[in-house]
Amino acid sequence: MTETPETGLATPSQRPRRLAVYRHARVTRLTHWINFLCVSVLLFSGLQIFNAHPALYWGQFGADSDPSIFELGADESRAGPPVGFARIGSSTFDTTGILGLSRNASGGFAQRGFPAWLTLPSWRDLAMGRRWHFFFAWLFVANLLVYVAAGLANGHLWRDLLPSWRQLRPRSLLQDVADHLRLKFPRGEAARHYNPLQKLTYLGVIGVLLPAMILTGLAMSPGMDAILPWLVDMFGGRQSARTIHFIAASLIVLFVFVHVAMALLAGPVNELRSMITGRFLISVEDKHE
Amino acid sequence: MSRIQLPRRRFLALSAAGLGGALLAGCDRLSETSEVQEVLSSAESLTYRVQRLLGGRDALAREFTEADLSPVFKVNGSSMPEGEDYAALLEGNFVDWRLRVEGLVANPLDLSLEDLRKLPQRTQITRHDCVEGWSAIGKWRGVPLAIVLQRASLLPTARFVVFHCADVYERALDGTGQYYESIDLIDAFHPQTILAHSLNDAPLSVGHGAPLRLRVERQLGYKHAKYVMRIELTDRLDRFGRGKGGFWPDRGYEWYAGI
Repeated sequence: MTETPETGLATPSQRPRRLAVYRHARVTRLTHWINFLCVSVLLFSGLQIFNAHPALYWGQFGADSDPSIFELGADESRAGPPVGFARIGSSTFDTTGILGLSRNASGGFAQRGFPAWLTLPSWRDLAMGRRWHFFFAWLFVANLLVYVAAGLANGHLWRDLLPSWRQLRPRSLLQDVADHLRLKFPRGEAARHYNPLQKLTYLGVIGVLLPAMILTGLAMSPGMDAILPWLVDMFGGRQSARTIHFIAASLIVLFVFVHVAMALLAGPVNELRSMITGRFLISVEDKHE
Repeated sequence: MSRIQLPRRRFLALSAAGLGGALLAGCDRLSETSEVQEVLSSAESLTYRVQRLLGGRDALAREFTEADLSPVFKVNGSSMPEGEDYAALLEGNFVDWRLRVEGLVANPLDLSLEDLRKLPQRTQITRHDCVEGWSAIGKWRGVPLAIVLQRASLLPTARFVVFHCADVYERALDGTGQYYESIDLIDAFHPQTILAHSLNDAPLSVGHGAPLRLRVERQLGYKHAKYVMRIELTDRLDRFGRGKGGFWPDRGYEWYAGI
């Protein structure tokens, strides 16, 4: 990491000095934002695709007359206006207005898995959703390969993301959990590196969730199933793979919410700048004292 | 410090929300732009090439056992072709039905169901994957398409097999609502590509495409044309329907539905 003292900031020697460190390599920043674009398009077009058959199953097969483990729908059997519902296992929740039943562009209620403002395109168009999804799926895979190749070549993966044994000690992990719960963020020298939870989370997303999305996605392709039969077996069948695809996507959404919340709490301008220009400001005690 | 940061945070949150909304609206606009559609569609040929490269001609779709069969095999798409011609064939139990094989062939054929049943047969228990997302496992029996095509003897210029169907799926003013589908010769000569006349040990029901439907196991359900009346060998697909090689491909879906 290169560092340059903030010029123009004439700080009295007693106060902490602000130091700009070069935190993110160009390839990391570039692949981060391409990944952001890809995941966004994949998510919203994925919800469009899900809406074509808003139910999830476990096993090799699953259709209308088979038991589903998750379902979005509208119940029109009761008296009065229809009710949108989400069902997980045997628990059903009234989700009118958002899931199962929501307003369309003309303002009327329509039966629809996810609402128009969460799907790409907003209107119901499975064919268009698939076009977006598969184009950005290719871009997403290419981008991830560039990131991993660069990360192996420049050492980013093992140097910045792999936690040290010391960081993995229960005491250090518990301390980090406590720090996160108290929203206490590392300052000074400690902010030069990712903390243990951060490393484990990033590794989990990059090493588990993103590959799981690709593999379960491929397992849903009948062409790929003929090429790699073990892939669909690995997930316990095509419908299981579809369900895992949905769960992994939900976990990525959860990650994005926490990730953005953490960036906002830790100092949005500094964090955002570091992911755009690479420069991250840390406060350090004056070494000459 | 915090007093200064709060509006800044709120500003960032609001801009993020505004940006999100603008992006979604922008994507809607992009979805309607033909240049964008063309760029997005370029992924299809990449998928096709890669799958053909990895799978080659003969990678087989998984075959299951009787224990894996779906209790109910969902009927989708057309469930009863309209028109007097089909009604008459159905009433006669398809005794008068003939499968015509023509186009770029040296030896055009007219085959009855009886003729087809006398040819070598193949039985396969496979998973049917609908583009909507559901799957069903069924036991299909029929004639490998390769055997029919060998009898018809393809001309060297033949590149695609087009399946003309009895059902009109959409009342389109330009007459393009007739269901049809097409596949390349790699899939046409694939060992699991059959002209099926039975499902789960019974003759095909009307809902499942009686008397004959295509099974092309490495692709999605809409490629598996039902109510096949005529097979045409051709060197180009732009002469049919709206030119994209199938009823659903004409309506924006991939012609190569291996994904």
